[in-house]
This record gives sequence, structure tokens and C-alpha cells, in this order.
Amino acid sequence: MQLKRAVITGLGALTPLGNTVQDYWQGLAGGVSGAGPITKFDAEKFKTKFACEVRGFDAGQFMDRKEARKMDLFTQYGIAVAQQAFEDANIDLGKINLDRAGVIWGSGIGGLTTFQNEVADFAKGDGTPRFNPFFIPKMIADICAGLISMRWGLRGPNYATVSACASSTHALIDAFNTIRLGKADIIITGGSEAAVTEAGIGGFNAMKALSERNDDPKTASRPFDKDRDGFVLGEGAGALVVEEYEHAKKRGAKIYAEIIGGGMSADAYHMTAPHPEGLGVIAVMKNALEDAGISPEEVDYVNVHGTSTPLGDVGEARAIQRVFGEHAYKLNISSTKSMTGHLLGAAGAIESIASILAMQHNLVPPTINHFESDEALDPKLNFTFNEAQAREVKVALSNTFGFGGHNASIIFRKVED
Amino acid sequence: MSEIAQKVKQIIVDKLGVEESEVTREASFTNDLGADSLDTVELIMEFEKEFNISIPDDQAENISTVGQAVDYLEANVNK
Repeated sequence: MQLKRAVITGLGALTPLGNTVQDYWQGLAGGVSGAGPITKFDAEKFKTKFACEVRGFDAGQFMDRKEARKMDLFTQYGIAVAQQAFEDANIDLGKINLDRAGVIWGSGIGGLTTFQNEVADFAKGDGTPRFNPFFIPKMIADICAGLISMRWGLRGPNYATVSACASSTHALIDAFNTIRLGKADIIITGGSEAAVTEAGIGGFNAMKALSERNDDPKTASRPFDKDRDGFVLGEGAGALVVEEYEHAKKRGAKIYAEIIGGGMSADAYHMTAPHPEGLGVIAVMKNALEDAGISPEEVDYVNVHGTSTPLGDVGEARAIQRVFGEHAYKLNISSTKSMTGHLLGAAGAIESIASILAMQHNLVPPTINHFESDEALDPKLNFTFNEAQAREVKVALSNTFGFGGHNASIIFRKVED
Repeated sequence: MSEIAQKVKQIIVDKLGVEESEVTREASFTNDLGADSLDTVELIMEFEKEFNISIPDDQAENISTVGQAVDYLEANVNK
């Protein structure tokens, strides 16, 4: 069976750096931090009082008030970026086969605000169940995929992927597979997350996963820096239109990049800690390279998972050296989470977008907040510290790893006409 | 318009996102005001909360228009 080619023809982004793809890129290229004091609730009693929040989001720009009321924030974010991506891809819904257009959408958690509020209301009462009829349909992690399909009438494959912080990379890989197997012409994919809530911050704090650098939030996300102390929770969404190459050519679509390979693996080790020898992480990058049919030397840029946790960053850097050998020194490596914070189930989507934009602009966005070297890391690796670096990026690989030991990597290549 | 009718109208406008002028006594939640089955359940729950009463399911089933809601509440809410 001849596999088809899958290309990216539309992008949408809602991030702590900006609420459009253009603003997101400006923030990335400029090395801007999206962190600040939490505004979504009173965090006074929490160990971590800051996050990378989306600012100035107006659901009313994308849906009417009645629709918005029936959606958790994570779904509102998803609808917003899907609309941006559709508009960017310039898709005429009257001219595509809607039975062959689908949605594969990632979210690590789903409607956490909805869940928290409904359960809190119940707990405050006298035990009489008075749950809102929209509680379950607003909260479930697959509802965003469903609502995107309803809004645009897309009757092709439709489901959600859930693998914590790898969710939207898994969604992208599934979209890639669906297209190359010829099961659809267009898949709108990506992910959304809105977990900056009491339950989200409190839960991650309890795991000691979050940075507690409350005196200086903007430098708290510092992947690969010696004094990193955990990740900074982010929120937002990213959408990508994945389209079969000939289908895209025929309608004269602009093509951002081609997806050439995806890798998946598990650590099979611990609920939250990374494997000490990085076995799953080594495997996932090797799987992706093998799937793409390219040699490690062809890769220019690795957008790492790099969350700014003490263990994870070192493990990933060592795994890169194991996979890429001497070529690891020629790579540009960067963690854009230094700027965006960690968007959990939306991380793969916005970091794939960052990788694609790096190709388009021939500029590698930086790992900001580097102050002191960590002797556990090889100083010859280029982490693109503090400032963006100009470089022709023909092939980029993006890593994401989720609690549960789920690993996913995806590889993009520039399409030369 | 009674105080109850005024509050009912406000809840409907708020939950269903419709104009006040559409909320007539004869208006049906599902046929005229765009409610689906979940919206209808939510409306009944809001009435229960606002007026601090419990509406049994078999009686809730008979409330499908604005007027029926107002009549039921006026008859059952302690004034």
C-alpha cells in the first residue's frame, strides 16, 4: 500500500505569549516570558502563586454567549484555535468532502474547572445531588473534538487522545497516520488545556512538580539551568490543519511543512518520575526517525519537552546524545516552555507550531532564563540559551512526555516546491 | 407581572441566551426558545434554586412553556 503524504496547511494558537499565531511567534522569537501572578483565582494560600495564563481571551469573538456557557474553558480555547486554523487554511467548507474531514484533539485533563466547581457545590450542600446536566458533557476530555465537528459539520474520524503532557503530540501522530493511510483528506488536530485552577495548581504543587519561585515568576521556567525547580503551569491551545498533500495542492493551499514521522513509546517505569536511563525517551526519538526514514544527521532542531524539572531535563539531554551521537553537538535544541510554561495536553500542539514557525522563519526560538550551567549537562550541546539563533531549519523534531510514562515525538520537514 | 414571573423571565433570558421579548407566556422552551433536553433540565434546576423548592420529576415533565413554569411556581412557592 502506497502511503500518502500529510502536510500542514493551517495554524491557530492561543498562548500565554499571545492570542494569535503571529503574536505567539513574536513572543517566541523575542524570548518573552508569559509568566505572571495568577489572576484566575486567589492563590495566596498556594505554594505557587504564578502561572503562564492566557490574557485577554474573549470567547465572544468566537461563539455566542449561549454556546460559551455550555463549554468549559478548555473547549472555548479549542474552538477559538480551530477557527483560526480553518481561516488560515482558507478551507471552503462547501468544496471539501465533509465525510472525509475529521478531528483528533488532545487534552491532558479536560474540563477541570467544571469538575472542580460541580463537586465543590455538591460538597457544600446537604448531600442532595443537584448536579448540572451539563456537568459531564462539559467536563469530558473528548467534548472539544465533538464540538469542533459539530460547528463545522466534519463527519470524518473524531476522537480525543489523552496521554497527559503528550496528548496533543499523540493527536498529531494519529492525524498523520489517518491521512497517510488515506482514511481522510483533512484532520484538524492539536490540543487545549485550561488547568490554572485551585485543583490544578494545588494538585501539581502536592506532587512538588511546580516551580515555587514566587519572587520572580518570569525567570521561574528555566529548563537546563542549574537552579531550575520545577515547571510553570501554562494554559491555552494550538490547532493544526493536517491535509493530504495532493488534496492541498489541488485547492492551492499554502503548505507550512510536511509531517514525515511519528514515534511513540512508554517508560514502563513510574507514574511521574522519568526512567533514570531514559530508555523510553531514547526509544521514542529512534522510533520517530525510523518512521521518517531519515538519519539523525538530517535533523536541525529539536524542540524538547524540557519542562524545567531537575530530573527530566537531564534525562532528555542525555537521551538526545544517545540518539544523535556526535550530531547532537550540531543540533539546535530549545525548550520553548521557558517562555510559554507547560501547557500539558496542549504542549505538543503549540510546540509543533513553534517548530514549524522556526522552519518558516529560519530562526530557532530560545531557551530563556539561563543563568548558571548545570554540570550534569554536556556544555557542548547548544540549548539556544537566552536568544533566538538564525539557522536554516529543514527538519525539526518535537518531543513530549506525559505523566504515566507516555512518550511521543514528531518530525516535520520543510516542503520545497 | 408578578415578581415570580419576572424572575422566571430573567432566568430564561440568562440561561437560553434569548431576548426578553421572546419570553412570552405561550413560548415553549424547546420549540420557541431553542432549548434542548439538557437546557430544560437546567432551567428546572435553576427554578428550584431560585425559589428554594423541589420540583418532582413527574411535575417537571409538565412544565414546557414559560406560562406553565410561572403558574406552577406561583402555586407552589411559599410567599
